[in-house]
Amino acid sequence: MLEQPKGETMKRVAIIGVGVEGFRPAIRDLSYKEMVYRAAVKAYTKADINPREEVDTFISCEEDFSMGTSITDEYAPDQLGGAQRSVQTITGDGIQGMAAAYMQIATGMFDVAVVEAQSRISDMLTPNQIQHFALDPIFVRQFDSTHHSIAALEKQAYQHAFGVSDEVIAEVAVKNYQNAILNPIAAYGMKATKEDILDTEVVSSPLREGEIAEHADGAIVVVMANEDVVKQKNVIPVWIKGISYATNTPNVETRDWKTAKYATLCADRAFKMAEITNPASQIDIFEIDDTYAFKELQHLEALGVFKFGEASKALTDGRFNRSGDLPVNVSGGVLGVGNGHDANGLQRIAELVAQLTGEAGRRSVSGAKTGLAFSWRGVPTTAGALAILSAE
Amino acid sequence: MKVRGTKLSHDEYMNQVISVDHHPEIEYAWATGIAISKFLEGLKQGKIYGAKCNDCNRIVCPPRIFCEECFSPMVEYVELPDTGVVNTFSLAYIRTDASRREKPEIPAVIDIDGTTLTPSGFLHLLDENIPHDQIKVGMKVKAVWRPEAERTGSITDIMYFTKLED
Amino acid sequence: MKKRKVGIVSVGLTKFMRRAKETPKELAYYAAKTALDEAGITRKDVDAAIIGSAPDAFDGVHQKHEYLTDGAGGVNLPTMRGYVGGGTGVFSPIQGWYSIASGMHDVVLVTTEEKMSSVLPSAQAAFNTIFDNMIERPLGPNLVWIFALEMRRYMETYGIPKEHIAAVSVKNKGNALDHPSAMLGQKLTIEDVLNSEVLAEPVHLLDISPVADGAVSFVMMSEEKIKEFGISLDDVAWVEGVGWNVDTTMWTNRDLCYPKYVEKAAKQAYTMAGQKDHSPEALRKWLSFAEPYDPFNYKELHHLEGLQLFEKGKAPLAAYEGVTARDGDFPVTPSGGLLGVGNPIAAAAGMKVAEVYLQLTGKAEKRQIPKDVTRGLAQAWGDLMQVGTVIILKGGRVN
Repeated sequence: MLEQPKGETMKRVAIIGVGVEGFRPAIRDLSYKEMVYRAAVKAYTKADINPREEVDTFISCEEDFSMGTSITDEYAPDQLGGAQRSVQTITGDGIQGMAAAYMQIATGMFDVAVVEAQSRISDMLTPNQIQHFALDPIFVRQFDSTHHSIAALEKQAYQHAFGVSDEVIAEVAVKNYQNAILNPIAAYGMKATKEDILDTEVVSSPLREGEIAEHADGAIVVVMANEDVVKQKNVIPVWIKGISYATNTPNVETRDWKTAKYATLCADRAFKMAEITNPASQIDIFEIDDTYAFKELQHLEALGVFKFGEASKALTDGRFNRSGDLPVNVSGGVLGVGNGHDANGLQRIAELVAQLTGEAGRRSVSGAKTGLAFSWRGVPTTAGALAILSAE
Repeated sequence: MKVRGTKLSHDEYMNQVISVDHHPEIEYAWATGIAISKFLEGLKQGKIYGAKCNDCNRIVCPPRIFCEECFSPMVEYVELPDTGVVNTFSLAYIRTDASRREKPEIPAVIDIDGTTLTPSGFLHLLDENIPHDQIKVGMKVKAVWRPEAERTGSITDIMYFTKLED
Repeated sequence: MKKRKVGIVSVGLTKFMRRAKETPKELAYYAAKTALDEAGITRKDVDAAIIGSAPDAFDGVHQKHEYLTDGAGGVNLPTMRGYVGGGTGVFSPIQGWYSIASGMHDVVLVTTEEKMSSVLPSAQAAFNTIFDNMIERPLGPNLVWIFALEMRRYMETYGIPKEHIAAVSVKNKGNALDHPSAMLGQKLTIEDVLNSEVLAEPVHLLDISPVADGAVSFVMMSEEKIKEFGISLDDVAWVEGVGWNVDTTMWTNRDLCYPKYVEKAAKQAYTMAGQKDHSPEALRKWLSFAEPYDPFNYKELHHLEGLQLFEKGKAPLAAYEGVTARDGDFPVTPSGGLLGVGNPIAAAAGMKVAEVYLQLTGKAEKRQIPKDVTRGLAQAWGDLMQVGTVIILKGGRVN
């Protein structure tokens, strides 16, 4: 803990270590605490840091019902090395947790922050009912259909407004499942054809099973530090150039169904912070929420990388492939890595860090210097979070 | 400053305002992992396991695979006696649904014998037949086990702790 | 990005009620709108919202803050919910502080809300799920147990008589008679407390704060924005120090007689505020008063010791002798606290921060401490006897 600084310019903030355990369709051999402990040890080793002495603030991203425990933050500190230290939870996506960590470091009071997010869907016997429990209890919850129906309404509105076909959307899934084959943290790498995706069962029309990310268990721990710490450590930093989070509205009655407004709100803030005026030319690699395949296209457009309705052509032209000029979800995305819920944002961050530090192996995108990670909390939320990372 | 809000009586709340009822069907099955699995398997065999941190040089109960003090892995399990000391206790007349009991349950934190550095243990119940005036912080107690055939690998394989006669 | 001073410029409270007719969103709205009106600004002036609320099981909604977003004024804004159990109500304004001090945001609307009456048969049923899912929940524990276990350990360790602890209930429920949000202000005697129904020995009914529905909001701003809006410094309380700390989950491996995590959180806040002498005498001189967390009467005392405001085991006698009365040498919980005003978890601790603000700006009406107050502290606590959150505010014109 530092004394309060006197009006000096803010120091830059970097990611100095990332640790991942999973993702797998189910992790039954470790308890949730043991799973997080493994991810934490990896992150601290990479960051060259002793959590019991050198970390000033810990942020765990979790929700009560996701863990099956009320006041679930009770169970957060030990496995991170956070006992008797400053620990908090953020009930949000991991990138939102990073935004909280970023702000804390930016106050000048904290040098090193740890952000953790995990997914233990296999501990839930009734995951659909739990997500259903997030719906408004008075207006919406009486309807018996699953929360996927809300995503289906959105897909329908998006397709209708911008003329995007099911075939194009299926290609998002084909690309991302295939990309995941080369990603060791991905649970669902596979070769599938467009026809395979279109042949899957309709869950809630126009949404098919093959375009919905399957659940996966896993944990990610990210270590962030200010510039002074980076200089003292033998680490490869990835700098946070911009970070933001935003929420549209909880009301299904009044929300914007077509344009993922939360993504636009995030972009407005983070691009200003990172001095991005033309994302397509200034950003080399994109990791974009694709919990439902159409979301990849809708989010890219809402972020201003394309005009609405124009991402489809770029996809079918192959520009989003690993070898394309705008690689999107080289990790495999949420579809390929597996739906880690509030850990999804940190999945995106883990991939960008691997790419920007030269640790992505055969997935490497040559020349990638700047990346954008965008995450969405899923149905029924309209909450997004965005980070722009740079090797320089 | 105006302080707003509309108070309802119990009757108004239950019977007069419109409410939407919901009975969530939410279920979990938590994987107990390495350390707590070991602990629960031990209970099934009538044994209490702790774990040793070789860096802090302490034995703790319940066991864990990492030490929250020094963050080192804990790999050594230690079989502990099924006796201990009452750290603190309560005579509890209130149930989870806020209804009342005639005869109290007696929750207690039991520091298990054989734990070192600072005593450690777990939440459990005391024998309800111990005369209340004899229950004291510092009282020595012993586990009363469920018959072996009825044990399931649960904390309730110990039915309760009873007073250990000196 | 420059480091900036951060101030609370207004608060808004609802009534605290055993059962509110309002939905959680409506409670949040009442508090948020009152705070905006008091500050003389509108939602258009706000650039981020913070929501504090404790277990989702109470409101009966998964991802509760997403649901509360519109009521709390967060639509189309960066909206975030930090969560440290019962410590949340003090943590939410701490989040407001770091959001602004970082340079990320300028005007933040902070709302703490809880509606505990929605869960049936009682809030206790939801509290069952705070216990360890593998080795505690099968025993059928309830929340009162852990308070009873901690209270006994505290009393046994320091030889504290129950009468001294009961004095806190008498004081706080009496103070609450002057609070417009209060649900349980009453004039009591120590005997009333001692003779009230036994719930879990040594805890009796009047040792406990009542579950409640309610919300409290704050508007927080950077110094530059305070000037820009022309807000008088008489209406400002500056955030001078913050601290938060969470102890190990293994509560049965700790000695419950003393809250080390509160000590660590407090020292973090004192150090940030530049207060180096952490002796009780120095701190009681430096601070004008305190609002420590009092969900149970002994907790106020336990926390005063953790906060270093009294020596270990010495707070109970001070309470008994009237040192901590509103007109005493060191006023503690002039609001009436959770014991008297009510305990809608996150909003209850929000109410404590609001009280510090109202006292420092001279707006506490009948509750105003009858001496000059320059600096006050609010503290909350939560989880499995595990979390300490501390905020120190000073008057707008205090250097």
